[in-house]
Amino acid sequence: MYDGPVQDLIDELGRLPGIGPKSAQRITFYLLKLPKGDAQQLASAIVEVKERIGFCQKCWNISEQDLCPICSDPQRQTGSLCVVEEPKDVVALERAGFRGRYHVLQGALNPMEGVGPEQLRIRELLQRIREEGVDELILCTNPNIEGEATAMYLARQLQPLGITVTRIASGLPVGGDLEYADELTLGRALEGRRELQG
Amino acid sequence: MAHYRDSGVIVRTHKLGEADRILSVITENNGKVRAVAKGVRKTRSRYGGRLEPLRHLDLQFYKGRGDLDIVTQAETRDHWPQIRDDLDRLGKALTIAEAVDQVAQDKQPDIELYRMLCGALHTLHKGDPVLIVPAFLLKLLAHEGVAPALDACVLGGERTDLEYFDPRNGGVLCASHQRGTRISSAALELMRATLGGALSTVLEVQQATHTDEVAAITHRLWEYHIDRRLRSTELLK
Ligand SMILES: [Zn+2]
Ligand SMILES: [Zn+2]
Repeated sequence: MYDGPVQDLIDELGRLPGIGPKSAQRITFYLLKLPKGDAQQLASAIVEVKERIGFCQKCWNISEQDLCPICSDPQRQTGSLCVVEEPKDVVALERAGFRGRYHVLQGALNPMEGVGPEQLRIRELLQRIREEGVDELILCTNPNIEGEATAMYLARQLQPLGITVTRIASGLPVGGDLEYADELTLGRALEGRRELQG
Repeated sequence: MAHYRDSGVIVRTHKLGEADRILSVITENNGKVRAVAKGVRKTRSRYGGRLEPLRHLDLQFYKGRGDLDIVTQAETRDHWPQIRDDLDRLGKALTIAEAVDQVAQDKQPDIELYRMLCGALHTLHKGDPVLIVPAFLLKLLAHEGVAPALDACVLGGERTDLEYFDPRNGGVLCASHQRGTRISSAALELMRATLGGALSTVLEVQQATHTDEVAAITHRLWEYHIDRRLRSTELLK
């Protein structure tokens, strides 16, 4: 629709997750109006992140070094390993106070969208378990259908290894309203109920 | 009529933006509807976890200007929890959903397709038949008008010594017209029973070499006619 560099930028932005053609156009025209210095800062931030940040060779979280701070911390060598889908899940669990090791799968099984076991860091996980030793593996994938499929698939792969495999409880969001919970969530929340000390 | 109501089963979802999702829904009266569900990926969404694949819902849509409508209400009819908690059943259910998504046309009413899908998912909720996926695929191919010929040789019409099967030629072949791959008489019987009104007996069959054979032949037939692979079978390995 536009010529040369303008259309190139619209096309590139349009390939980003969650950005459709209309948003790509809007961002492009925003960038065109931006002072040159600001635009350069954005461009160099992208270049810098690609040059300096990679993935930890052990847990596949984002990292500046070959090993991320968590994997290089001897205090973290407890028996439990938490398996998550994305780096942002590590951040969330850190905030919640988990102090063991992590493994980032970099996605969840969704064969219809082209994400099968080969596209995830599953082989690396199995190798780690053999090399590092793990007492308890906590499956912290999302409580949606892709996350559940991933957790069940992993549980099956891990069965021969004889380690304890647990799945985080799924229930009602704290601060949420009961009436908005769907039947499956409410059913699980009931199963996972605990005794209150009066 | 800006709003309309319908029942449907979600067969596929895509993420859209930060918190939205695009759903493909096989509906009772409006064929395949593709619709945006706003805010569903937030934990406090008023839809809860309802708008996921393999949910059967009563829905209200707002007619969009383009291909996409908008979901404005959703109530659960069935959620088949036994499917969700078992990897084999989930893999089979997702394969069935993927197959339906591949053949269903946008906004082309097809009540039979909707009923077949609900029936198959209900069966999977009740049990885990070995041949549910192959049987469903055969039924669906028949529904699409490309059922294989199973009673007589497709080249010479012979009714005996039917020992080969070839998707390209559309069915079974006798020993003298051999094309494609071999088929055992046990496998052929199961395929005939599936298309011949004896589905319930087929769904009781235990796993054996000839059930594997039926599965392999059916998937080849699917790929020949629909020209797409069913990728959800990866969950079953
Ligand atoms: Zn690490
Ligand atoms: Zn013949």
